[in-house]
Amino acid sequence: MAVTEHRILLKYADEPDYSVDIDCYLEKGGYETLKKALTMKPEDIRVEVKNSGLRGRGGAGFPCGVKWHDLVDRKSGKPIYLICNGDESEPGTFKDRQLIHKDPHQLIEGMMISSFANDVQLAFIYIREEMPLGARILEKAIEEAREKGLLGDNIQGSGYSCDIIVHRGAGAYICGEETGLIESLEGKRAYPRMKPPFFPAALGLYNCPTIVNNVETLCNVVHILKMGAEEYTRIGRPKNAGTRIWCVSGHVRKPGYYEVGAVTMGEMLHDLCGGPLPGRQFKAIVPGGGSMKILRADERFKGKDADGNEIEYGLEDIPLDFDGIMAAGSMSGSGGMMVMDDSVDILEALANLTAFYAHESCGQCTPCREGSLWASKITARMCSGDARPGDLDTLYSMVGNIGGRTVCPMGFSTTWPVQSYIDKFRDEIEERARENRCGMGRDERLIQK
Amino acid sequence: MKLKPETVEIIEKVIPRYPEKRSAVMPLLHRIQEDQGVISNQAIEWVADRLEMAPIRVLEVVTFFPYFRQEKLGKTHVRVCQTLSCALMGAYKVGEELEKALDCKMGTTRADGKVTLEYAECLASCGTGPVVLVDENLYENLKTSELEPLVDEIRKRSEAGEESKERSGD
Repeated sequence: MAVTEHRILLKYADEPDYSVDIDCYLEKGGYETLKKALTMKPEDIRVEVKNSGLRGRGGAGFPCGVKWHDLVDRKSGKPIYLICNGDESEPGTFKDRQLIHKDPHQLIEGMMISSFANDVQLAFIYIREEMPLGARILEKAIEEAREKGLLGDNIQGSGYSCDIIVHRGAGAYICGEETGLIESLEGKRAYPRMKPPFFPAALGLYNCPTIVNNVETLCNVVHILKMGAEEYTRIGRPKNAGTRIWCVSGHVRKPGYYEVGAVTMGEMLHDLCGGPLPGRQFKAIVPGGGSMKILRADERFKGKDADGNEIEYGLEDIPLDFDGIMAAGSMSGSGGMMVMDDSVDILEALANLTAFYAHESCGQCTPCREGSLWASKITARMCSGDARPGDLDTLYSMVGNIGGRTVCPMGFSTTWPVQSYIDKFRDEIEERARENRCGMGRDERLIQK
Repeated sequence: MKLKPETVEIIEKVIPRYPEKRSAVMPLLHRIQEDQGVISNQAIEWVADRLEMAPIRVLEVVTFFPYFRQEKLGKTHVRVCQTLSCALMGAYKVGEELEKALDCKMGTTRADGKVTLEYAECLASCGTGPVVLVDENLYENLKTSELEPLVDEIRKRSEAGEESKERSGD
């Protein structure tokens, strides 16, 4: 039987009569979970979220409950801040757009519950500049919630007060990195901070303990509390609890966003996305946003089944979650899945991404600032027929000196694509650079002339 | 520098919301850019003074973020997403068609100052690519054969009188 979506976060988002209006949200039982939370002890909410196993939906998949638990400094009297990271900028990812544009009150409720659970009195939503409408929708939703006594001073007569500020970015990818975001929120250039000592949980915004969570993560908090951690863990595979919103783009019949529980890559690509375009075959997939390692459609992976027997499996058998994709040598990242079919010139695809990461390197660390530019220049000249002997080897060894040698993990955004594309498509890339022929049957270009 | 009264009013409200004044630098720059269309040296000094920062610290922020502009844009700002998902679906062809239809070279402002056409990095709507952002409005699933409504809209916006240019809701 074909799999279907399991919509929890996006349950109402696409219903014809549903709007961003607070009355619409209230009609569906909205803010009841916040009211329930306000009668609970904050530490009990934290335990519930920890027991749910909720993992961060922004990229690394770090357990949300552990992040909250790790706030080292609850007693010193320093304020604790919550920041919602809505600077969604990873190529291939567009789930925040749905969650914010279609159901803003769900996010606000999640933030208010999370704020109450962590004794936060001031929370921020950092939203990227390219979504001006989203910022306005959130600002309006916050004022609506304030009027109804669901946000602001003395919420629902509980004595608890908390406000949310919507802070607009200005077009910098690096603000998706939590310490870069914090610097930006402090009014500085968004240069990421050294960890240690600047773990947000200890020394975050204004050097106060700070929680930074992704939009989708905070929306999940509402449902964890609503259904209880135990029921929540039954959705999805063990250690990968809850639904995930996958953003599928590129060469499938039905690209879009799909909220699912436990499904495989094949079920996603065929049952939900309708398979490859007519007359085409899948060639490769970037599973979790542009910076993640590419997977070949014909690749075979080795693993163990439930009984510990060695098994071999293909791309379509990969369980679509944090651990499933990790076992296949890539990462589920932000859930942005880019699909390429056999018409794609893989060298141009790589050149497109290296240009992106060169543009978005914040410039703080030399390996990333210079290395990403090198990667972009070399791949671009290979595309235009100006490849020099040894270019590919230079490129490969050079990017090995970026990731892990910089202040923040974004250096890997150049390293991983370059190395994985070369590892998996070396012959094709060499041939393409030598012959300088463009495209493979379709004349789509992937880089600027 | 002369700001509109409503801009000043918003700025006065924004600053005290933040625990530290300096955090208001981006919201202030956004408001001033909306008001003036550009961030001038004078504006940088004004913000620095208002937030008790050194002007260089404000300039640092302005030059770091691509969205803050020290040169004026055309009246209508057209951004064509060029990152992989959109490129796979034909973003560069859409870009070339727009160059022709608008008589404006990519990455420039047309001589009459009415249109700025640029490629942009990922606009986070990859499932509906190729996408183009015209000022604040997103156009999705574009095909080179069906660009007319988009081109008309851009023309209309760039020719519109001063009043209709003002952004709604701010």
